Amino acid sequence: MALPELKKTATEARLNAMELPEGGCLVDARRAALSRVQTMGLPNRRDEYWKYTRPDTLTQDTAPTAAVFKHDEAPIFGEFDCLKIVFVDGVYDAEASDDFELEGVQISRLSEIDAKDIHWTKDLYGVLEARGQDPVQRPLAALNTAFANDGVAIWVTGKPSKPINLVYNHNSDSSDAMLHHVIRVDAGAEATVLENGPAAARFNKCIEVDIADGGALHMVCAQGRDHERRAATHMFARLRKESVFKSFTLTVNGVLTRNETVVELLGDDAVVHVAGACVGDGDFHHDDTVFITHEGENCESRQVFKKVLRNGATGVFQGKILVKDTAQKTDGYQISQALMLDDDSQFLAKPELEIYADDVACSHGSTSGAIDEEALFYLQSRGVPLNEATDLLTLAFLAEAVDEIGDQDVAETIVSRLENWLIRRH
Amino acid sequence: MLNIKNLHVQLEDEDKQILKGVDLTVEAGKVHAIMGPNGSGKSTLSYVLSGKGGYEVTDGSATLDGESLLELEAEERAAAGLFLAFQYPVEIPGVGNMTFLRTAVNAQRKARGEDEMSAAEFLKEVRATAKSLKIDADMLKRPVNVGFSGGEKKRNEILQMAMLSPKMCILDETDSGLDVDAMKLVAEGVNALRDENRGFLVITHYQRLLDHIKPDVVHIMANGRIIKSGGPELALEVENNGYADILAEVE
Repeated sequence: MALPELKKTATEARLNAMELPEGGCLVDARRAALSRVQTMGLPNRRDEYWKYTRPDTLTQDTAPTAAVFKHDEAPIFGEFDCLKIVFVDGVYDAEASDDFELEGVQISRLSEIDAKDIHWTKDLYGVLEARGQDPVQRPLAALNTAFANDGVAIWVTGKPSKPINLVYNHNSDSSDAMLHHVIRVDAGAEATVLENGPAAARFNKCIEVDIADGGALHMVCAQGRDHERRAATHMFARLRKESVFKSFTLTVNGVLTRNETVVELLGDDAVVHVAGACVGDGDFHHDDTVFITHEGENCESRQVFKKVLRNGATGVFQGKILVKDTAQKTDGYQISQALMLDDDSQFLAKPELEIYADDVACSHGSTSGAIDEEALFYLQSRGVPLNEATDLLTLAFLAEAVDEIGDQDVAETIVSRLENWLIRRH
Repeated sequence: MLNIKNLHVQLEDEDKQILKGVDLTVEAGKVHAIMGPNGSGKSTLSYVLSGKGGYEVTDGSATLDGESLLELEAEERAAAGLFLAFQYPVEIPGVGNMTFLRTAVNAQRKARGEDEMSAAEFLKEVRATAKSLKIDADMLKRPVNVGFSGGEKKRNEILQMAMLSPKMCILDETDSGLDVDAMKLVAEGVNALRDENRGFLVITHYQRLLDHIKPDVVHIMANGRIIKSGGPELALEVENNGYADILAEVE
């Protein structure tokens, strides 16, 4: 079907302003992705999937400027022993990064994969993204596959002794960054990837994750504290038999964030947990969009999303569990909740279940509400001041999402950042 | 210690007078009991004293050791030494009982300009107190009151009371929902805290609790006022004859 004229014009305008990276073994994948973008067109506000989030500023050809936010908090995962890979405004920073030497994992920059002849990358780059375009289109991810000029390929072959930390620094008010990472986890291998930082004024990130039988990947991402930055991120994951994928995202501030997670549970007995906690006030729009497809038998999926909103902030959740007729014994769980700290904020939720197997347990819930006045009074009557009592109850509300993080130290760090955010608003 | 004079209270949202001139003085070291029919304003009195929202004081005063309570926030009243044991203790999912207790103890200490209690010191004290109330370690770790039985919730109130060591304790129908053994346990916990510097106001429907927590003075409350005060024998009279005689006598 031909694109509506308006969408076609807007898409062409954006594409004309960009240049497809030349040559290399990914060139076919990039061309195919470009053609997907041309066919689908970039999203606009009339698209059903973008009903609650306006994509205009994410698709327009020049990124709206975003001031770099200076603060005195140390980098969130700085205290952990990690293999650190740093990008500044979407460009790899060799000086700030560690050597890519770590037992149990092979890491290369996308730009090096030709020289190093890393063929597996070709089997993954743009592949899961392309699969993830059906049944719902995700043109911004295809745009990323076509034009991302940096990123890393991470091949986990064993159990590396420390996490890989991808750091996204934001240095220029007008930066428009695209990063694309591919992560392959071999059978029985296991790794942790920590990501942090606002990345750029406008950030388009795409990660493709392929986990073989019995492999495991843990990802924790903190999207920085910049108030004006915009981000559209996609995570595509494919899980084989008995594999495990756990992802948690912390979002503090940011004028616009859309985090999409697309997971295919292909093998039997696989487990995926996708969780997120966000806190925002004022000009803050945060959208979690999740699509989980159960194909293998006896798989478990959990979606846990908690949003704390105040002073006119908007939270969006679109979460879907699709259980195919082959996916008997599926155990699916989905919860999205918003805590409104005042009367000015809004939460828009669209939980969906689509089930074709008959022996399935799927539950979903979505709520929005204020702080429990009874609990607040109970705490105050014990001497806890109003501000502190509110913080305690807010952190308690967020706890179910934070509890999805397996590593206790990482979880505590996340909680302390959330707490700091609340204290700054006293 | 606690001085209530001519206290008039109405609901904030509707024009309904609940307390119509309560006069009551509780001296340090004494246990006062308030009995009265349903709807007489007993629980409202406890809420108004502890600073719950939704009520409007239209007249009168309430002071604790000379300090006026009614202008203070709930947390300031707690720091001033007032404690309310709730009729229905609130469940707080996600907040550990121990964290809750420690936050409360230290918030009060901070408000009074005292040093915070160290983790070790706190742990030692809370374990000893919990043991005397037959509260096991598991109950301390669980979220506040979540999944607690009626008896456990009330024992948890007494644990908080013991840890916070208030000057003035108000117990709002602490016996409701308790079996005989649980009531004895709770009463023992309260009795252990009785001393010459601490006052108690025990709100109850039944004489039974007063067999275990022996009051010095018993007040009968009806229609928003204290209509009669006397010794422990007044509670027995109510138990035997109900409120009808007393109400008729006053009218």
